[in-house]
Amino acid sequence: MRRSNWLWAPSLAVYAFLYVPLAIVVLFSFNDSRLSAEWVGFTLDWYRKLASDDAMLAAARNSFFIALTSSLVATVLGTMAGIAMHRYRISGLSFLVLTPVAMPEILLGVSLLVFFIQVLNLTLGLVSVLVAHVTFCIGFVAIVVRANLAGMDESIFEAARDLGATPWQEFRLVTLPLIMPAVTAGALMSFTLSIDDFVITFFTAGVGVSTLPLQIFTMIKVAVTPEVNAVSTLLMLVTLTLIVLASRVAPDALKGRS
Amino acid sequence: MAAPRSERLTKWVIAGPPIAFLLAFFLLPSLIMALASLRYPGEFGGLAPLAARPGGEGGLTFENYALFFGDWIYAQIFAKSLGIAALTTFICLLMAYPLALLIARSPKKRRDFMVLLVILPFASNLLVRVYAWMVILGPLDLLFSRFAVIVGMVYVHLPFMVLPLYTNLEKHDPALLDAAQDLGANAWHAFWRVTFPLSLPGVFSGAALVFIPVLGMFAIPELLGGKDDWMVGNMIKEAFLGTRDWPFGSMLSLMLTLSVLAIAGAAALYARRGAPNA
Amino acid sequence: MPLLEIRNLSRRFGTLTAIDNVTVSIEAGEFFTLLGPSGCGKTTLLRLIAGFDAPDAGSIRLDGKDLAGKPPEQRPVHTVFQSYALFPHMSVARNVAFPLEMAKKPREEIRAKVKQALAEVHLENKGGSYPHELSGGQKQRVALARALVNRPRLLLLDEALSALDAKLREQMEIELITLQRDVGITFVFVTHAQPEALALSHRIAVMREGRIEQVDDPSRLYGFPANRFVADFIGNCNTLQATVLEAGAHGLRLALGALGEVWAPPAERARAGQEGVLALRPEQVHIMATNAAHELKNHFAGRVRDLLYIGDVSTYVVELENGTRIEALLANSAPGRARFFNVGEPVKVAWRHDAGIFLVD
Repeated sequence: MRRSNWLWAPSLAVYAFLYVPLAIVVLFSFNDSRLSAEWVGFTLDWYRKLASDDAMLAAARNSFFIALTSSLVATVLGTMAGIAMHRYRISGLSFLVLTPVAMPEILLGVSLLVFFIQVLNLTLGLVSVLVAHVTFCIGFVAIVVRANLAGMDESIFEAARDLGATPWQEFRLVTLPLIMPAVTAGALMSFTLSIDDFVITFFTAGVGVSTLPLQIFTMIKVAVTPEVNAVSTLLMLVTLTLIVLASRVAPDALKGRS
Repeated sequence: MAAPRSERLTKWVIAGPPIAFLLAFFLLPSLIMALASLRYPGEFGGLAPLAARPGGEGGLTFENYALFFGDWIYAQIFAKSLGIAALTTFICLLMAYPLALLIARSPKKRRDFMVLLVILPFASNLLVRVYAWMVILGPLDLLFSRFAVIVGMVYVHLPFMVLPLYTNLEKHDPALLDAAQDLGANAWHAFWRVTFPLSLPGVFSGAALVFIPVLGMFAIPELLGGKDDWMVGNMIKEAFLGTRDWPFGSMLSLMLTLSVLAIAGAAALYARRGAPNA
Repeated sequence: MPLLEIRNLSRRFGTLTAIDNVTVSIEAGEFFTLLGPSGCGKTTLLRLIAGFDAPDAGSIRLDGKDLAGKPPEQRPVHTVFQSYALFPHMSVARNVAFPLEMAKKPREEIRAKVKQALAEVHLENKGGSYPHELSGGQKQRVALARALVNRPRLLLLDEALSALDAKLREQMEIELITLQRDVGITFVFVTHAQPEALALSHRIAVMREGRIEQVDDPSRLYGFPANRFVADFIGNCNTLQATVLEAGAHGLRLALGALGEVWAPPAERARAGQEGVLALRPEQVHIMATNAAHELKNHFAGRVRDLLYIGDVSTYVVELENGTRIEALLANSAPGRARFFNVGEPVKVAWRHDAGIFLVD
């Protein structure tokens, strides 16, 4: 467009900066060597090792289950929150919904730790992780849904009421179909965030439950094996697919983040 | 003005459940933690009971805060965290700006694709991204250093700076730059006197989105840094899972929360006040 | 009994009074227009009738029944929105069928009525199209069909023609009048464009700052404005400062400042010594050569300051001796007027002794 040719060099450098490290991880997941220093040969050994690693498989099952459940709940609650934020003036609603998203994750993790153990007297486990994930995903879905609604002609919804629809009918027949792309994108994002989450899960999982990120952390800290590359690559593949899907379904939804 | 009953009912049917959930699992725990910062640590870790018992500790106390403000080392770590956050934010700004500018000026179709490319790394797990740098920096003997921590922080948070910046820049009227050029400004002047000031709301948004999470990070310092690079997040983690001194950890969390609120508040104030129509 | 009775209606938003103690009645079968500048409260009033807002005081009665507390879906009132508000994810037919579906009408009835409604707006074969495939005018017509299909008691139109270009607008104005007449439903139309209001309406309510200044049929509004605001707002108007010298049943004698005396038609509220304005329409002011003969009682000498040629007519701005400017309209094809006047030329302006109207603001 304009004389922006000089922008290409730094931009490509930034893109390289973003992708080269990830590419290295993917590359070395196929490297036939314990030390990830140099390329020895192509192998699928590390992936095979993963398939027989019981702890890893259990963690994967947990991760998917948690992601599925929490994203479902978060999508429902988040959609409701997003609609409420757009249509009604409820003081404190925005604060309540958006702060868990804006705050450093460690704060949410730690406060839920105290809450579950001290107040609810609950052993940390699946339930605590689920609740934690829903809490921080609600905000993401709400942001996406609200941005979507803000870009629409408000009189469309009024017209439905004007022509005889009760609030519930209006929601079911007009609002919901029209925000469906944003809701779907929000659901996909929630799933991604949940499956990838480390910090909050770290504090609310306790001893009983492990997820893929927690496994990865342990592997990195305790004994770095190239299996980490393999599981990382697989995880990246899953989340990459989801994000691409989300961007197809609601291209503008992902922009409304700030 | 009284809205008809059906309107109010609808409003609370829609807003009720998320509000109830967040009050219970976000606000309440936060308040409890604030309260916990004023309590004594329990005998085996955790919290001591609220009512004082003979022979044991109980009730409320300010000793945690006294400890924080009294011992220089904690303030030091806090200051270090702020410094790392500031440096990371600055570097992210420098790296993100050219890219955001390029995306904003590209034709629509390409723009969406370029934005997607920025978001995709964000899709990968935090640990994966950190691990990638362990793989790279290890052989170079740069691991477990402040440098590694900064690189990791920048790497993880760069997308958060690009997006708000690009969203803002996209809305700039290209005619403004034409006008500047028409009135005699060269490329640098046009940028510095027109584009950059107009982009400030985006800059502040991005800065807040980077600064705040960095402040609370613990995984990156733990994996990429040395003993010297501990941040507030590490202290908090240590308090809750290591020494099990919950009141102290709660107090630190509260201090972190207040810092974050102050920064977010300042950013929001600026966005509402000084920003041109964006 | 009037169809819609609004009594002492008020609505405030903080310190702003949007509707100030408004009382007006609308008869069944009327094309009634709310006319006024932006911010006068006309859209607020419409929304109060439709049920999207509730008044702070006063009542709205439809067929004698108070509408208070009734949400929009329970009111037999439909709205045509300025942006048309067609449901983008539904076809034209489904859009038009929507109110019937909400009223739980049987399938056969819905199909028949949708067909008829689309025929009424000349869009018979557009049932399967989607809103984004239609032009502005077509969307307009679908919105009309949708709002009329189940024959509401009242149809509200919120600046419904504002988004159309001039030619299309004229066309739609004619279609709208025809439709209203054929279907027989009461229309309440909101606009700020007074030519449109004059063309379409049976009666017009001129609004200003939340109050109704005058309710009348277009010709009475134009010929007998109640005050200066209405005179100014409707059509073009000369307003000359005047003081009453003599008031009688046969007419008024006014002093137009330094210009001298003029004769004006009688005005009920005029008293000797009263200050006001003489409102004179440009078409009532005759412009002629300085030495031309005439029999008009009010005449003054002046010079042409400016002239606006519009094609069929020209408006001459004439400056009189004391600096007052007066607009005179001259048809460019009027018989016996072979002469046009140029800028700077000395001329004479004159009007009848019963032309104009004396207004107190």
